[in-house]
Amino acid sequence: MTRETFANALLALLLLAVPIAASYMGEPFYVTLATRIAVLALAAVGLNIALGLGGLVSFGHAAFFGLGGYAAGVLATHAFNAEPLLFGIASTTSMPVIWLVAIVVCGLVALPIGAVSLRTAGVYFIMITLAFAQMIYYFAVSWPAYGGEDGLSIYVRNTFPGLNTAQPLPFFLICYVLLLLGLLLFRFLRDSRFGAALQAARQNATRLAAVGIPPFKIRLVAFAISAMVTGLAGALFADLNRFASPSMLSWHMSGELIVLIVLGGIGRQFGPVAGAMLFVLLEYVLGGITERWQFFLGLILLGVVLFARGGLIGLLAGRARHG
Amino acid sequence: MADPVLEIRDLRKSFGALKATDGVSLTLLPGEIHALIGPNGAGKSTLIHQISGALKPDGGTIRFLGQDIGGLGMAARARLGLARSFQTSSLAQEFSALRNVMLAVQAKQGSSLRFFRPVMRDKSLTEPAMAMLERVGLAARAQVPAAELSHGERRQLEIAIALALGPKAFLLDEPMAGMGPEGSKSLTRFLDDLRREAPILLVEHDMDAVFALADRISVLVYGRIIATGKVDEIRNDPEVRRAYLGDAA
Amino acid sequence: MSAALLLEQLLNGLQLGVMLFLMAAGLTLIFGVMGLINLAHGSLYMVGAFACAMIASATGSFWIGLAASLVAAAAAGAIVEVLVIRRLYQRDHLDQVLATFALILIFSEGTRWLFGSFPLYLDIPPLLQGAVPLPGGGQYQLYRLAVIGVGVVVAAGLYLLISRTRLGMRIRAGESDREMIAALGVDISTLYTVVFALGAALAGLAGALVGALQSVQVGMGEPVLILAFVVIVIGGIGSIKGALFGAVLVGVVDTMGRFLLPQALSLMLPASQANLVGAALASMLIYIVMALILAIRPSGLFSAQS
Repeated sequence: MTRETFANALLALLLLAVPIAASYMGEPFYVTLATRIAVLALAAVGLNIALGLGGLVSFGHAAFFGLGGYAAGVLATHAFNAEPLLFGIASTTSMPVIWLVAIVVCGLVALPIGAVSLRTAGVYFIMITLAFAQMIYYFAVSWPAYGGEDGLSIYVRNTFPGLNTAQPLPFFLICYVLLLLGLLLFRFLRDSRFGAALQAARQNATRLAAVGIPPFKIRLVAFAISAMVTGLAGALFADLNRFASPSMLSWHMSGELIVLIVLGGIGRQFGPVAGAMLFVLLEYVLGGITERWQFFLGLILLGVVLFARGGLIGLLAGRARHG
Repeated sequence: MADPVLEIRDLRKSFGALKATDGVSLTLLPGEIHALIGPNGAGKSTLIHQISGALKPDGGTIRFLGQDIGGLGMAARARLGLARSFQTSSLAQEFSALRNVMLAVQAKQGSSLRFFRPVMRDKSLTEPAMAMLERVGLAARAQVPAAELSHGERRQLEIAIALALGPKAFLLDEPMAGMGPEGSKSLTRFLDDLRREAPILLVEHDMDAVFALADRISVLVYGRIIATGKVDEIRNDPEVRRAYLGDAA
Repeated sequence: MSAALLLEQLLNGLQLGVMLFLMAAGLTLIFGVMGLINLAHGSLYMVGAFACAMIASATGSFWIGLAASLVAAAAAGAIVEVLVIRRLYQRDHLDQVLATFALILIFSEGTRWLFGSFPLYLDIPPLLQGAVPLPGGGQYQLYRLAVIGVGVVVAAGLYLLISRTRLGMRIRAGESDREMIAALGVDISTLYTVVFALGAALAGLAGALVGALQSVQVGMGEPVLILAFVVIVIGGIGSIKGALFGAVLVGVVDTMGRFLLPQALSLMLPASQANLVGAALASMLIYIVMALILAIRPSGLFSAQS
């Protein structure tokens, strides 16, 4: 077992054990905190596919996070009001269906956004993904049917067959299992032929093209998969807060997702998990000390960027290795 | 005479007022090494870039295996069987030598949209890639990241990648550049055999290698081909001697 | 719809465009010369607005406040450049994004700490209060016209600065060849600080000018920053001319879209729905324009690279 595998297993166990213990000690708040970590980590696992493996600095992943959230919110609202969706299809509060909708919607939106954005590179790509996310944000804010600026409340948490999702622990377990599946997907992608091509596109796109693999196509597929995973996390996040808010679509959210990854260790399988733990704990600990915790978050982030590039996983497990 | 593998006709490319490629026509025949020589700035690399698809020509046609490839991108040309090496090594720096070659093996086998099987445990990738490294004498360095290879080893790796594509033609842009005399000699022997697998369009400054290897030589000066012929014809061509080799040669 | 109303909206669009130009010019200059993407540019806009509001209320003079906004933003820019930004020039864009994102957090929360969460208000100076008649019978705020005037003066000034002065020559040299300029014996790190402070001062000026039209509050720079990104992406990163063209285009398209789209749709839809759909579409319009332009020219209209 390498040091990284050990560190990963430790993080995974920790994230599972703490909320279970908290639940038995009658401290549901910590279960919710752990759920928040799991969901944010899953969102960042999605972004890590584009950013970590593909080197695509998407500053617009909040778009997919928010779309996933709105998918959950819109379906729940229609189901709650017993209003059919388009073409008279009845809505649902079943989580698996909602997840599927969130994933499909995000994939379908990511393809055109990616197709335009990936024609460019570097700073242009950063700014364009940001701009597209803003476009969706403004659309959500100015379209009153689903709450506009006020967002969309989910009055009763959506359902999962056989589990009581209104209880903190079962809902945490759902999110935790999905996070593990997301991490597994990341690992498969990273080690597969697709992942080899994607990582080569980051290191040297000309080399990839010269062996006959078109970088654009590889990146576009990666961007879409990445968006779908982040969208799934968005649906969970809305259910966690029982609220789909435009702030999920905001560019601060996009920034935070990148921050999670960099805090944890970019391109590393468990980087997003470590990053989300660190982020949520900072939010909680600093937030308990001062209302201005983001000021200190800024300082810490600045320190990490300027002086500690490997992130937490880099600290725990040393530099990344490629077989 | 057999049909040419690669046929370039009247290719033109300008950068502003500079005519980097000024009506170049040339062919690459089956089994031959066709060397492209010329002074620095003659437009050799620009020509290779246009053939490989990295640069778009202003005019002219490029036919490969009878097909007009002018509209195809770099990756599509590579898939047709046009393998190139780069003048300055262009590798996936973080990947080991083996993984760099595996990428080419994977490309040759078809779609890269395969998401589940880990490449490092895929013998259909690792074994052919290792064989290519053995052919160029780099097997012992298979696990070393490309960024940590020596200059000469990186040149060898470039060749191994091109080989792994199993191409129908090679475009080699100064494969000897920066190699010591020993390296050049062994690479010369290697290329001599390689022509049996596929013809080579060879851009090279090392004249010993060119005269030893080339079946035909074309001389590029200021974007124009001023002479094409057998080694002896080029050696004795007065215009070439004046323009390039220097009269003292 | 009267011609006067149309003209008024057009002027509003122009005024927004001028603001965006002040922001975009700094961003694009900093990118062109130093290769840096600066998310914290919106924070410097905010610094300018707060400095102006604070000094104007302390002294009772908008003009002293305006001067203070330039000084404060330039100083903040110079300090940030020396402490943080200069460590980022050799880093990749991801690091630049993260570090400047961190700066936004620090600036925003720091400002909230100092000034509280309530917005400050800045009055239009007496000299520029009132309105001027427009041809066709409308009225237009004098202050907004003055803002457009400032934009024209700054654009002309920047043009002269870059094409005619020694500093401008160094900036142009810095854009084309960083090593050459060092070889010429120009102190490159001072040059970078000056360029960054200049961009910051322009952002601060924009913030102060807009502060009198809207309220002065934390986070005010962010929407403008993102629009400025759209502007320089459309115009071509590194090009001042592109920034000017893109800024006016975005300003006019955005304003006219919000004005005209609901009206155009009301020809087809009931009024309430037309307003709704029109407003939603208008909010997306500039991004659609951006996507179309990029689909045709991936590096912008006036790209320095092509």
